[in-house]
Amino acid sequence: MGIAVDIRHAVKRYGTVTALHDVSLAIDDNAFFTLLGPSGCGKTTLLRLIGGFEEISGGEILLFGQDIARLEPNQRPVNTVFQNYALFPHMTVLENVAFGLKMKGMDTAARTARAGRMLEMVHLSGYADRLPAQLSGGQQQRVALARALAPEPRVLLLDEPLSALDLKLRQAMRVELKTLQEETGITFIFVTHDQEEALTMSDRIAVMNAGTIQQIGTPRDIYEAPVNRFVADFIGETNILDVDVHTASQDTATLSLCGQTFTCPATNATPGPHHVSIRPERVTLAATGLPATVERVIYLGTDLHVITRLASGAEMRLRLQNAGRLTPPEPGTAVHLNLEQGALRLLAD
Amino acid sequence: MKGVRHYPGFRTITLGCLVLLYAPLIVVMAYSFNGSNSITQWGGFSLHWYADVFTGPEAPRFAQAARNSLTIAALASTTATLIATAAAIAMVQGGPFRGRQATFALINLPLMVPEIVTAVATLIFFSAIGLTTGYLTILIAHIAFCIPFAYLPIAARLQGIAPSYEAAARDLYATRWQAFRLVLLPLMMPGVAAGWLLAFIISLDDFIITNFVKGAGMETLPTAIFGAVKQGIKPNIMAISTLMLAVSVLFVTLAWFINRKGQKAT
Amino acid sequence: MATPRRTFLLLPTWAVLGIFMLIPVLLMAVYSFLTKEFRGGVEWQFSLAAYDQFFLTRGLFGDEPATVEWTYITIFWRSIWQAALATLICLAIGFPTAWFIATRPPATRAIWLFLITVPYWVNLLIRTVSLKFLIRDNGPLNEFLMALNVIDSPLPLVNTNLAVQLGLFYSYLPFMVLPIYAAVERYDTALSEAAADLYASRWTTLRDIILPVVKPGIIAGCILVFVPSLGAFLAPDLLGGAKTFMIGSLIDEQFRGSQGNWPFGAAVSMVLMTLVLIVLMFHARAQGGRA
Repeated sequence: MGIAVDIRHAVKRYGTVTALHDVSLAIDDNAFFTLLGPSGCGKTTLLRLIGGFEEISGGEILLFGQDIARLEPNQRPVNTVFQNYALFPHMTVLENVAFGLKMKGMDTAARTARAGRMLEMVHLSGYADRLPAQLSGGQQQRVALARALAPEPRVLLLDEPLSALDLKLRQAMRVELKTLQEETGITFIFVTHDQEEALTMSDRIAVMNAGTIQQIGTPRDIYEAPVNRFVADFIGETNILDVDVHTASQDTATLSLCGQTFTCPATNATPGPHHVSIRPERVTLAATGLPATVERVIYLGTDLHVITRLASGAEMRLRLQNAGRLTPPEPGTAVHLNLEQGALRLLAD
Repeated sequence: MKGVRHYPGFRTITLGCLVLLYAPLIVVMAYSFNGSNSITQWGGFSLHWYADVFTGPEAPRFAQAARNSLTIAALASTTATLIATAAAIAMVQGGPFRGRQATFALINLPLMVPEIVTAVATLIFFSAIGLTTGYLTILIAHIAFCIPFAYLPIAARLQGIAPSYEAAARDLYATRWQAFRLVLLPLMMPGVAAGWLLAFIISLDDFIITNFVKGAGMETLPTAIFGAVKQGIKPNIMAISTLMLAVSVLFVTLAWFINRKGQKAT
Repeated sequence: MATPRRTFLLLPTWAVLGIFMLIPVLLMAVYSFLTKEFRGGVEWQFSLAAYDQFFLTRGLFGDEPATVEWTYITIFWRSIWQAALATLICLAIGFPTAWFIATRPPATRAIWLFLITVPYWVNLLIRTVSLKFLIRDNGPLNEFLMALNVIDSPLPLVNTNLAVQLGLFYSYLPFMVLPIYAAVERYDTALSEAAADLYASRWTTLRDIILPVVKPGIIAGCILVFVPSLGAFLAPDLLGGAKTFMIGSLIDEQFRGSQGNWPFGAAVSMVLMTLVLIVLMFHARAQGGRA
């Protein structure tokens, strides 16, 4: 398995504003790679640099070893599914799908045949002669996919392609997209601000914030071993608490939280004040543990959300699974909280 | 309870407004079919005055004026539309540049300066550079003041076209020129057509500027009509007016449908 | 390909409007400071005579101390007054019309809008002539009213202020209706509902809620009517008489044959343009302050 896209020290400035600060990133061939972050974090800018829609201010972008950073978009073997699809409204579905093939010089018969096969692949065979405006949002989305895949790009860029769809369709399209990626073997680079989308589809995720990459890893790494406060907070729900690290070795740290001592994995931590992340589902009510007072209980159907306050004054949220036998604690009662093995995650900042 | 948007009397005012706007036109139209020689007596339906327009003693004069009006309108609106299309692409899709504000002000200058002032300034300019007033000076003046009228619908249309269409075309291996010709141009076409029609009507309509820069012996339809009505409104003027009215209404209706079709497609 | 430099596409615009619009206006400013030539045209000699003639008088023989010359200021004042009145009338009739159209269902709304705008596209000269034909002493309107025994003798409408007002109204009404319509179309009806819910009557709602909210559209409409009315030529020339002489006719006169006075015409144009630019700047500042 080689490297499809290798971004080296990419910088993008708009006048005096820097949108990307020295971003380096290697994306494996045949992978579903996601750029995840809040709006304005630079993820779309990075995607547009790869597609060639923005001029790079510094650095290199290698596509299978060849620097493409200064090529025009039509010279790059990369295609894009745009956020609002950008289907040409004056062309039929078939003409849209065949557009890239036509520009590459394929003759009419061959490109019609290939565009037809692409439409078949996205289950839209009967819609070839419609105009985009006559299709539903989900169908337009699939035409956009077929159009971008038709010229057989080496890498497919997807800019929040699901954001315009309703929830049900979005969930169905997640599965379809993942399957399509596996079947075609094309590298997908997917931009989203939706963490659930990123976790369910990706092989690897790069979490971005303020024009820099915060963490790169598998969905499991990102969720269970966030490296810093931003990643822990952005992915899922979490409790972030102040702790004091007493002693630290190469791969563990001993720390105190509300007067009790815990050990957690950490590389080269320094003694002193730090933050830890504790996922709400990894805290349970128990007979012994951290003393806390229940403040509020929220019924969520599958779960119960319990908000408690620790003796230190910090808030600790719990997510208890509603298996039917649960009697929710009354607000005001004193309880003890048990932190599961490995629940504590020491954050870098 | 009629709903909070209902205001009693507003419908009456609107209808009154329409009556006021259409009554003079309808009266003139009706009298253009008057069989009588007098403009006050109704002498039954007749196409007499239309025949007079085309074959009467004043026919050659009006025919020449109509030719001038139509050719100037066609040339001026076409040139202005080409210039305005290029300008709109640069202004709407060209990104920021120095002098953008000033260029915008320049494009809108003919709309901001009162028409009679433009007329004076243009006459002074042509006389200063020694250009003999006539067909050419009218044409040049019309091209200049038609530019903003052509520009407005084209720019409005372009603003509604997301930049991602052009990006998508480029992404799918189209060159700059192909992306323009195959994607941007067809998408902006309704705006270009509307701009052209607007410029055409504005050019055809102009009296004040034309009257200043036309010079002796040169007439367009409005200046010829103006000259004629100074001696009193004769029935053949009503027939000409009705014909021009029909042309205007035809053009507006055309523009309206083009615009609606354009809106539907996106 | 991001934000391609396309400024070369502006070259034709700069050339045509620069040479045939901007330079002429600047040249007109220069001409207003030149000496008049008797057969029309100018002599290239600096002179303040044009502005002197506009603002000051030195008596019949030019030997008295300079005092304010009221003739031309009066014409300007009358023009401003006429234009303001025309604007008010257009507003009084244009606002209810725009409101009525904007509150129609979308399908019929387009047709109402079309009906209101069609007359605007008919040649202004033809419209003005048609109006004159309709309201002249023995024209169809007077005949009609006399036939109904509303009046005994024809109403002398032509050559009055009323006729000029009617002409200006007829010329520029759509300019008032369209911007107000655009503002009303964006108006959120829930605001009226909220006002009604809080015990406001229909007319109180109109005064205290709707008018303030759609004010930008109203101001835009007023400017679009006021500015061309100020420099109008056809309506006052064809429908008015000596008593309704307005700026447009004054300027026109200066460029007609041998009685003309080009520097003076240029100076009057300069004063008119300055007036208009003041109005536009006032509007631009008000808009800038809001944004």
